[in-house]
Amino acid sequence: MNLIELRDIRKTFFLGEVVLPVLKGISLDIAKGDMVALTGASGSGKSTLMNTLGCLDRPTSGDYLLDGQEASRLSNDERALLRNQKMGFVFQNFNLLPRTMAQAQVMMPLLYGGKHISQREARQRAAAMLERVGLADRMDHQPSQLSGGQQQRVALARALINHPPLLLADEPTGNLDSQTTREVLALFKQLNEQDGITILIVTHDPKVAASCKRVIRMADGLIEADERITPGSS
Amino acid sequence: MKTLRILLASLTALRRNVMRSALTTLGIVIGVGAVIAMMEIGNGSSASIQKTIASMGANTLMIFPGAAASGGVSFGAGSTMTLTPDDSEAILRECPSVRNTAAVVRSKNAPVICGNKNWVPNEIQGTTPDYLKVREWSLTEGATFDERDVRNAARVCLVGQTLARELFQGQSPIGQEVRLQNVALRVVGVLAKKGANMMGRDQDDVLIAPWTTIKFRVSGATTANIATPATTTSTSTPRGQLFPGSSRGTYANRSAMQTKNSPTPVRMITVDQIVVSAASAAETADAIAEITALLHERHHIGEGEVDDFNIRNLAEIAKALSSTSDLMTKLLLVVAMISLIVGGVGIMNIMLVSVTERTKEIGLRMAVGARGADILRQFLTESVMLCLAGGAMGIALGRGTSYLVATLLHWPTLPSLGAIIASVLVSASVGIIFGFYPAWKASRLDPIEALRYE
Repeated sequence: MNLIELRDIRKTFFLGEVVLPVLKGISLDIAKGDMVALTGASGSGKSTLMNTLGCLDRPTSGDYLLDGQEASRLSNDERALLRNQKMGFVFQNFNLLPRTMAQAQVMMPLLYGGKHISQREARQRAAAMLERVGLADRMDHQPSQLSGGQQQRVALARALINHPPLLLADEPTGNLDSQTTREVLALFKQLNEQDGITILIVTHDPKVAASCKRVIRMADGLIEADERITPGSS
Repeated sequence: MKTLRILLASLTALRRNVMRSALTTLGIVIGVGAVIAMMEIGNGSSASIQKTIASMGANTLMIFPGAAASGGVSFGAGSTMTLTPDDSEAILRECPSVRNTAAVVRSKNAPVICGNKNWVPNEIQGTTPDYLKVREWSLTEGATFDERDVRNAARVCLVGQTLARELFQGQSPIGQEVRLQNVALRVVGVLAKKGANMMGRDQDDVLIAPWTTIKFRVSGATTANIATPATTTSTSTPRGQLFPGSSRGTYANRSAMQTKNSPTPVRMITVDQIVVSAASAAETADAIAEITALLHERHHIGEGEVDDFNIRNLAEIAKALSSTSDLMTKLLLVVAMISLIVGGVGIMNIMLVSVTERTKEIGLRMAVGARGADILRQFLTESVMLCLAGGAMGIALGRGTSYLVATLLHWPTLPSLGAIIASVLVSASVGIIFGFYPAWKASRLDPIEALRYE
C-alpha cells in the first residue's frame, strides 16, 4: 500500500523570459511506514520536490496521489486542510514562534483543523505529545530557554499533534550537534517503528541518510539513484 | 471554542510586543479620550444652558406689541401700543394651553429711596399677581399684592434680593416704605433669589408693583398730565404723523364723512408686554397658535395683514444657545475623529510592520494548515483587539479628564453613555478598516516564500 504515488511530476518556473525546469518528470512510490532520505546536491530539485510533496506548491504537470487522494489539483484551502490533517513539517531552523510557550506552539495546528476542539482538550493533547518527545518538564518554556535539540523536539511534537500519516523533515539535524542529531534521529526511528509514521527526510548528511530505510538521490531534476538499505548494514 | 482560541492566539501575539502594542494604541487612546471628554463637557454645558433657560421658565412666552407702519415705513417694534390688560385676561380665559398670564408695564429706571439710602434697580415692573406664577418665582418673606391692589392701584411693591440688600441692609423690608418718583410704596414681600439670567443681568435687582400703580401713579407722575398716562418706556407715535411734534400730517386732512366712515381707534389702556406660561414646555407651540388666533380676532387682523404683536418664545433662545454649544461639540468631535483616523493609520502602519516581521510565522501557520482566511482573521482580530483596548483606555482617559475638568475647573460635565457606545463601535471599526489591508496582505503570502523569508 503506497502512501505517496508520483506520476511524471514536472515543475517549471517562469522567471520573466527565462524558463527554468526544476523537476523533469519524477515518478516515485513511497510505501506506508517507510523512512526515506532524500539527498542530492544543491539545486538538484529536492526542495521543490519536498514542497510539492508537502502540498505547499502545485506541480506544473503530473499526478500526485497522497493516501489515495489526488492532491496536485486541489484549491489552496483544500491543500491547507490536507497539510493540517495528513502531514507534519519539521524544518532545519525549527520555525518556532518567538516568545511563545512550548505547549502553545504544539497546540497551534489544532486551531486550523476545522474540527471543534476545546481549549482543554487541546492542552491535554499538546501535553501528551510533548511527553511523547520527552519534554514533559518543558511545557511552559519559551524557545529561548530551550536547547537546539529540545527546540527541534518541540517542532516535532507540533508536527505530530494531528497524528498525520506523513512526516516531512527538511534538514532536521542541520543545526544540531552530533549528540543531539543522534537523539533526534532515534526519536524519528522510534516514531517510524512504533507509530508507523512514514518519514521523508531531506538531508545532506550521509549519516542521517544511512539511518533511513531507503535513500533517494536526486540530480538535475531527476532521480539519480534509489537504494534500499538493508537493516543492519549501517 | 475556536473564537476563544483565535482570541488567545492574538493576545499571545500582542503580548510578545507589549511596548509596541501600547504605543500603537496610543493614537486610539487619545482619540477616544478626546471624543469622550468633549462629549461630556459639551453635554454638560448644553445641559447647564437648558437649566438656565428652565429657571427662567422654559414654557414662558412673551407677547410684545408690534411695529407701526405707515405708507410702507415701519417704525420698529413697540412703536404701537396694541396690547391691553384685557388681552391678557382673554388669553388666560380662552386659550386651553395657557396656564397663567400677566400683563407687564415697565417704568424707566429711577432711584428707589428709603430713608437715607437710594438705589436704581435694574428693572421696575408693574404687573399682576400671576406674574410670579409665570416666572416661577417665590417669596421669601411677606406676601404678594392681590387683584384688589391692582384694581385700586395700591401703593404696594415687592422687592428683589439685591434691592432689599442695598436698601435695608439685613433688616426686614416688610412694612417699610420706599419712594419711587415721589410715590410712597409699602414693601409687602421679598422675592426669592433668582440669580443672574443668561446674559449676566441680575434678576434680583428688581422692584415689582401692581401694573396700575406703575402706570398711573409712578410713570404718570413723571408727566404733567395725569390724563394721558401712556408715558411708559415706549411711547406711541400717532398714526399718519411722520415726525412726532410736527403739526403737518403725511396725509391730507380727512373730512367729517371720511372720519365717520373709518373711525380712528380709541386710545386705550395698554401694557408693554404680556407674559404667558404654557401648560408645559411641550405645549408652547400650541399656546402660540391659540394666542395668535385669539389676538387676530381681538385686534381685527384679517388674512394677510401684518400682525400688531410679536410672540417670543424662550425655547427659541434656548435652542439658539444650545445649538451654539452643539456646534462647538460637533466641531470638537470632528477634531477627535481626525485624531482617531490618525490613530488608525498608526495601527495600520504597525500592523504592516508586524506582518513583515512575522512573515516566517505566517508561512509556518500556513504550512501547518492555516487557510488565507484564518490568517486574515487572526491579524484582523489583533488589530481590533488593539483598537478595543485603546478604546477602553480612551474611555477611562476621557472620563478621567472630564472628572478633573469638573472638579478642578468647575465646568459642568455630563456622562454620556451614547458617546461611550459610539467610541467602542468607532474603535472597533477603525481596527477593522485599518487592520484589513495588512491582514489581507498577510493572507496572500505564499507559504514557501514566507517560510524562506529571512
